[in-house]
Order: sequence, then C-alpha cells, then structure tokens
Amino acid sequence: MQIYLPIAEVSVNFFTLLGIGGIVGILSGMFGVGGGFLITPLLFLAGIPSAVAVATSANQIVASSFSGLLAHLRRKTVDIRMGLMLLVGGLIGSAAGVYVFNLLKELGQVDLLVRLCYVFFLGIVGALMLIESLRALRRARGQAGPAKPRRQRNWVHTWPGKMRFRTSQLYISTIPVILIGLSVGVLAAIMGVGGGFIMVPAMIYILGMPTKVVVGTSLFQIIFVTAFTTLLHAVTSHTVDLMLALVLIVGGVVGAQIGTRIGLRLKAEQLRVLLASLVLLVCGKLALELFVRPDELYVIGGVGG
Amino acid sequence: MIRAALILMSTLWATLAAAQEEVVLGLSQNRVQINARFDGSEILIFGAVKRETPIPETPLEVIVTVAGPSTPVTVHRKDRVFGIWVNAESVEIDRAPSFYAVAASGPITDVLSHTEDLRHSVTVPRAVRSVGSEARDPVAFTVALIRIRRDEGIYATLPGAVEVDQQTLFDTSIALPANLIEGAYAVRVLLMRDKQVVSEFETAIEVHKVGLERWLYNLAQDHALLYGLLSLVIAVAAGWLASTVFRLLRG
Repeated sequence: MQIYLPIAEVSVNFFTLLGIGGIVGILSGMFGVGGGFLITPLLFLAGIPSAVAVATSANQIVASSFSGLLAHLRRKTVDIRMGLMLLVGGLIGSAAGVYVFNLLKELGQVDLLVRLCYVFFLGIVGALMLIESLRALRRARGQAGPAKPRRQRNWVHTWPGKMRFRTSQLYISTIPVILIGLSVGVLAAIMGVGGGFIMVPAMIYILGMPTKVVVGTSLFQIIFVTAFTTLLHAVTSHTVDLMLALVLIVGGVVGAQIGTRIGLRLKAEQLRVLLASLVLLVCGKLALELFVRPDELYVIGGVGG
Repeated sequence: MIRAALILMSTLWATLAAAQEEVVLGLSQNRVQINARFDGSEILIFGAVKRETPIPETPLEVIVTVAGPSTPVTVHRKDRVFGIWVNAESVEIDRAPSFYAVAASGPITDVLSHTEDLRHSVTVPRAVRSVGSEARDPVAFTVALIRIRRDEGIYATLPGAVEVDQQTLFDTSIALPANLIEGAYAVRVLLMRDKQVVSEFETAIEVHKVGLERWLYNLAQDHALLYGLLSLVIAVAAGWLASTVFRLLRG
C-alpha cells in the first residue's frame, strides 16, 4: 500500500514507514533513547529527501519523548530546574542550527554536513559506549575489581555563577549546563535528533548528575528543543511532513511498548553492548558512503527551493 | 487540357493537405488528482486525424509528448576533498521539466528530423534548457541530469509506443510516476510526414493534490506557524494518548 506524502512529494510504502517507526520505537523502548539517530538515516534509505527527513524526525521525537516524560514525571525523576537551564542553551543552539542548516541547504552541502555529524558523533558515542559496556560486562562476570567511585568534584564545580539543583543534589555553575544545552540544540537542528545520546553521557560524566534523574531531565529538555526545531523548520523551510510524522508516531508508539518488554528481559550491560554495536553499524554504513567513490557522481539538488 | 488541370489541382491539393490535417484528441482523463493513496497514473492519449482531402502518399507518423512544469534545477558534481566525497562544482540548469515523456510511432530519428527537433523541442535533451554557465563542462551536467531522471523513470523516450491505424487513428498510453509535482502537464501531439511536422496540437492535464494532501500542503506553505503548532499538538497528543492507553492496558 502506497501513501503519498504531501510535503516530501513522494509516494512511499505505508508499511515501510510504519516499520521504520516500529523498529525505532522498539529500540527506544529497549534502550531509553529517542531513536532520532536511527530514524533519520532510515528515512534517507526509504527515499525521503534529507531536509524533510530531518525536520519530520524532530516532530516524531516530540511525541516519543513526551510519552516517556509522563512516566518520569509520575516517578518524580525530572530535575525541572536543571532542565530549564539546559533549555536556555538549547533554544539558542537550535536557532543557530536551523540557520546553518538553511544556509547549507542553499549551498547544496546540507547532506554532507548531516552525514559528517552522524559519522562523527555516532562513531565517538558508539565506541565509548562499547568499551564501557564490555568492561562492565567483564566486571559482572565476577572478576571483582570495585567500580571506580565517581569523581564528585571536577572543573565544572569551580566555575562561577553557581546554582542549587535540589532534585539532582548539586550546587554547580550554570555555564557548563547552558553550554551542553547549546551544543545539543545545534545537533538537534542539524541532525534531526533529540541529542539524548550526547546529553545523557554529558549529564553523568560532566555535570555529575545522579543517574536516576538523567533520563527524565534529558527528555524534558529534548521535548522543548525538538518542538522549537520543528517550528523553525516548518516556518523557515516548510519541510515538516505531518503525514509522514503521523505514520512514524503510530509505529513508534507501539514499538516502544514492545521494546520496553524486551528490555526488561535483558541485562543492562548486554543492552548497552547491543546499542553500541547498532550505533557503530549505522556509523560505519554512513562513513562508507562518504569515503567510497559513489556510483553516480552527479546529484540533483534544490528543485524549486 | 482538362486532364492537365486535374493533375495540377490534385498536386495542389496534396501540398495543401499537409496543412489541412488536424488532430482531434481524446484523453482518458484531463486531470490527475493526488490523494493520500496516489500511486502513479496512466494516461491514455488517443485521437484521430481530421482531413477533407485524400490521404497523402508519405506515411503518417505521430509523436506525443507530455511535459511536467519546468523549474530551474541545480546539479552538483561530487569530488574528492580530503578523502571525502563532497558536492564540489555545481551548475544551474535554467529550465528542466519535472516530468517528460516522448512517445512516437517509430524510432525517433526515423520520424523526426534534427531541424524539426530543434524547432519544436521534442526530444528529451531539447526539452531541458541550459544556457551557458561558468563550469568547465556544463554539458556533462545536463547529460547527468537527464541520465538520473531517466533512471528514476521521470524522463522517458518511448519509440514505437504510438499505434497508428489506417493513417487516421492513433493512441498511446503514458505512465505518470508516483512522485508527481503539481501543475499543468502539457500534452503535445505532432503529426509527422517525411520527418516534418505537418500539424501540432497542444492541450494540458491538470495535476493537483486533493483532499487532505491539498489541505496540508496549503497549510504548510501559507500558514507555516499554524502548521508547525498543529504538528506539535498532534505529537504531544499522540505521546499522551500512548502513555495513557498502555498504562490502562497494564492495569
């Protein structure tokens, strides 16, 4: 069954789109990530123009993150104050990201930028996660070695402009918080991702937030940043495809519930190894396309803006 | 004497006849509506040649072209920069139809002379117009555009696809792909004799989005902010609904 997407102006198989939404939903349910880093490349593969894929992914992430946030709010594992500070940076970053995105779209380089960002960040995050989780897996097999205690104080704690974050039990400078928000905002706009895969490690390792509030807080700010990104893309480049978003959302919502069930049956370390391998796989696929001589050297770009 | 006059008249008629053949055209549909389930469409183009004179000696050939709205197109060429393939040089092609199909009753070169092709812009390379550009090899870009669009099924040359019956009736069918751009699609019928165009007829097929597709597209273009907000409301509502439904399902 084909479905015609009014903004992308292509006709795509309905079940392919539902499947993409579903697979990403399963993964996000299993691993607790937004899945934007997977949905955008998968949409490229399905033949959706990259500008539409990026903008529409942002809209889809709003839906999946909101669903997740509600669960965290009930468990009171959201540091709203921290979320708001991250948001200040996030909105500025998002605006800058959309500006850069549109500029490069005119130059015909947006595909390159998006792909480079993907290869770079997926590569780093995937490799770090794989190393860390393999180490954790070895520890879990009983070779002892106590876990290294997390450093309670690092350079972040010496900066000025301190603020108390009660839920996170932290008293730290707001500058690194805003900077992290800013960089995630830029990425959200350019890559069509929520940035959870960068935000979560940054919160744990740089800010030193307790793990239990990290995911909820990250979701809180991701919703606002991706919502803002969606609006900016809709207004400046008219590339949000509601029809596409709806199909992805439906697939994603159902997938997420299935994923949560699967996730409960696997060990946390195993999950992380799987997620890391998946991230690296996507990264490798995209990298290959950048480095291998393409079959078709010519690309048609920007038909009628 | 009378006989000579008759011969003269008949030859005169014959030359006049060339101009006196006219196309009476029928289309299976004169508009194409793109709805959510749109998956391409096939247009039947058929017609007859109206004439008040005897059929001339040289056989009648028919060419049918269908052209989508033309837009300027930028073509980029990838080049290796620091080991990475990036879009390097680019050429702006002034006008390229978003869809183009040429169907003919025989091989194009047998039916159409080069001069007539130049005059009437019939074949695919003639339909794409590219005025000088500063790139080193602008022709290569035009050739690439045609190659890519041909592979996507957007540009098609269909020799022998037009059936001509008794020099009077003709018909062909042209498949419109699923990824159509909106606008007026020009349908041209050229009657050919001896590789020359003896008659030309033109009409249009309207292609436009209808229903939900139309509404969403207009909203996204004309009320972008409202559209953006609507996307967000739907996303949040879907997120909330999912969370609530599955919480209830779990008990």
